[in-house]
Amino acid sequence: MSSFWSAWIIVLTLAFLVFIIWLLRWNMTNYTGIKEGELMDHEYDGIVEINNPMPKWWTILFWITIVWGFIYLALYPGLGNFKGLLGWSSSNQQVRSLEESRLATEQAHEAGLIVEYDRQIEQADEKFGPIFAALSERSIEDLASDQTAKEIGQRLFIQNCAQCHGSNAMGGKGFPNLTDSDWLYGGSAEQIKHSIMEGRVGLMPPQSQFNDQEVAELAHYVMSLSGRKVDPELAKAGESNFIVCAACHGMDGKGNYALGAPNLTDNIWLYGGSQEAIEETIRNGRNGVMPAWKDILGEDKIHVISSYVYGLSQE
Amino acid sequence: MSQTNPLQIEYNLKVVRQFAIATVIWGIIGMAVGVLIAAQLVWPELNFETPWLTYSRLRPLHTNAVIFAFGTSALMGTSFYVVQKTCKTALFSNKLASFVFWGWQAVILAAVITLPLGITSSKEYAELEWPIDILIALVWVAYIIVFFGTLVKRTTSHIYVANWFYGGFIVTIAVLHIVNSMAVPVSFTKSYSLYAGATDAMVQWWYGHNAVGFLLTAGFLGMMYYFVPKQAERPVYSYRLSVVHFWALISLYIWAGPHHLHYTALPDWTQSLGMVMSIILFVPSWGGMINGIMTLSGAWHKLRTDPILRFLIVSLSFYGMSTFEGPMMSIKSVNALSHYTDWTVGHVHSGALGWVAMITIGAMYYLIPRLWSQTQMHNVRWINIHFWLHTIGVVLYIVALWISGVMQGLMWRAVNATDGTLTYSFIESVSESYPFWIIRVIGGVFIVAGMILMAVNVYRTIRAGKPTVEYVNAPVAENNPAPATATQSA
Repeated sequence: MSSFWSAWIIVLTLAFLVFIIWLLRWNMTNYTGIKEGELMDHEYDGIVEINNPMPKWWTILFWITIVWGFIYLALYPGLGNFKGLLGWSSSNQQVRSLEESRLATEQAHEAGLIVEYDRQIEQADEKFGPIFAALSERSIEDLASDQTAKEIGQRLFIQNCAQCHGSNAMGGKGFPNLTDSDWLYGGSAEQIKHSIMEGRVGLMPPQSQFNDQEVAELAHYVMSLSGRKVDPELAKAGESNFIVCAACHGMDGKGNYALGAPNLTDNIWLYGGSQEAIEETIRNGRNGVMPAWKDILGEDKIHVISSYVYGLSQE
Repeated sequence: MSQTNPLQIEYNLKVVRQFAIATVIWGIIGMAVGVLIAAQLVWPELNFETPWLTYSRLRPLHTNAVIFAFGTSALMGTSFYVVQKTCKTALFSNKLASFVFWGWQAVILAAVITLPLGITSSKEYAELEWPIDILIALVWVAYIIVFFGTLVKRTTSHIYVANWFYGGFIVTIAVLHIVNSMAVPVSFTKSYSLYAGATDAMVQWWYGHNAVGFLLTAGFLGMMYYFVPKQAERPVYSYRLSVVHFWALISLYIWAGPHHLHYTALPDWTQSLGMVMSIILFVPSWGGMINGIMTLSGAWHKLRTDPILRFLIVSLSFYGMSTFEGPMMSIKSVNALSHYTDWTVGHVHSGALGWVAMITIGAMYYLIPRLWSQTQMHNVRWINIHFWLHTIGVVLYIVALWISGVMQGLMWRAVNATDGTLTYSFIESVSESYPFWIIRVIGGVFIVAGMILMAVNVYRTIRAGKPTVEYVNAPVAENNPAPATATQSA
């Protein structure tokens, strides 16, 4: 904020508080010319007013809140750019990237300022960091069979992952089911952890080069891969165009972990397995995003979540 | 109606009668929609799989209906009554007053149609889209002209405190509405706010909190300052208290908006200022409650026999309670627990159902017989039944939401001591809230039942009476002592 606007806020705030003080003091004196306790000299539709003084406890309360207001504004940020005597702030509000955030945290430390958010995170890390550090020493496979780790992992999952994957981890349209053995990017402990740490971007490009007939043929061929009942002629006609799809899904349609290309032969469908849904997928493509969590949760917690997710498909 | 004397002017009571009827009807509709959406939270299937009946569309309909249809109709009607009676002059313009009534009803009708259709600017309490916003601005300017025009041509030397509050409310709402509704239209039914990001949020809550402060507080304090001393037949307790608390209240409220945005992207300094002013605001807020309740000094026994006075005094108690609760919730540490929970919803309703609705109902029970040349309502006992239905309903409502609100806040922040993970998922706090949401529905049913009883009482009263015709002597010369009024039936 520029110093002009800072000064504007300070002057306006202080002048306003002075006005309130003047207002209160002015009305604590009897300026009306009428004795206290007697009626004012005006009447409105039969309503008259008494010139009673304000209740004493009420004026005292008023003074207390005003004095408290000045004290608070001296201690905490409030008067424009003045940071307050305590050097307190709720968080590093100006940062726009993780890099700036780390820098701001360091600078606040050096200057002895209190950044409430950083302080709470630090306290939590101090207290709980060693617990997660100890857990991450152990292998994901080992943790998956540990009851305590499982409970911690489940709570972290419910708080952070359930929004998309569901509280039972069974997913939904566009969000993979984590309890089956079908994996887009691989179901090994390390592959799961990598998916959570770095996130994933799944892209199925739209195949607009195909006309409606060709899309229908392709859909039939794709459905035939998982052994479903289809029109054999249509499926046969679609086979030749599948060469385009095979670039990612493989000639046998079994998919490719490296590209996140789904296995088309297991009759598990991320975006729906009806003929219409498959045609829509071919025609318009699909785009799925799993966010990267490493900067949000840190590697140790992700290690525990990974073990929970890994364990789900082992049951 | 021919005038009996060329020196007498007829009060415009017609527009007051229109607003009084509108108040009762919109009260029932607005509160009934509230009960429906409260029930939808417990039984979501009550949206009947119909987009127009989904919670997200009916909730703004409910808030708009109770604040702008019920509450504002009451404020417009009583302000037109009070300004005429306490200034001893007729309204500035009957044509404009009529435009205010019909224009405002058109705004409400537009809201009733567009909100269920999903047409919304998505700003809370300012959901109506830009063509309706323009109509609101036009009606409001007409309202300003009628009200202040009447003040200017008053025949009394001073302006009564009720009119200060009404005036403060009318002017400020115009400013708030126009600034917050600034938008870039992209079609007849869609626009985007002129402001961006945290600025937009700040402008929105500067508007939002002052809609509470000026419409639901200052406006209804104006109502209180007329109907409490009239019904209690006692002088107002303290003139100087009314001076301090009026100026302190209207000047402090305008700073308080940021407390809706604690712990957000709003800069720290803005949050602090909003909190400091909100806490100082507590004291002048109570000034109004003290002045109202102390006006009853020497007449406390009337509470035993007068159900209208009960409505008015209990409304002031709820006012005192919610204006203590509000500043407390604006403290950041308290807000960390209360924000986004049912506690906020309960707080709003102790203000809206306890203060706003009860002072309005009391004022209407005072006013309606006088507008239809009756001495009292058709059935005074029914007023007492209404009082208890309403009071029980409000208490059930706010106590249930206090408990569920604090419970939600505690569940959301509960942390496992062993590993620092959150103890509960969000959905667990939802399922724990169901019993309290059922109690809320029951409370709401009590309140709507009371409103329906009121409507029957009002209907019978109107049917038994005739519209009142009342004249005021036109001023013959300056410094004329307070002119006498003459009342007669048509």
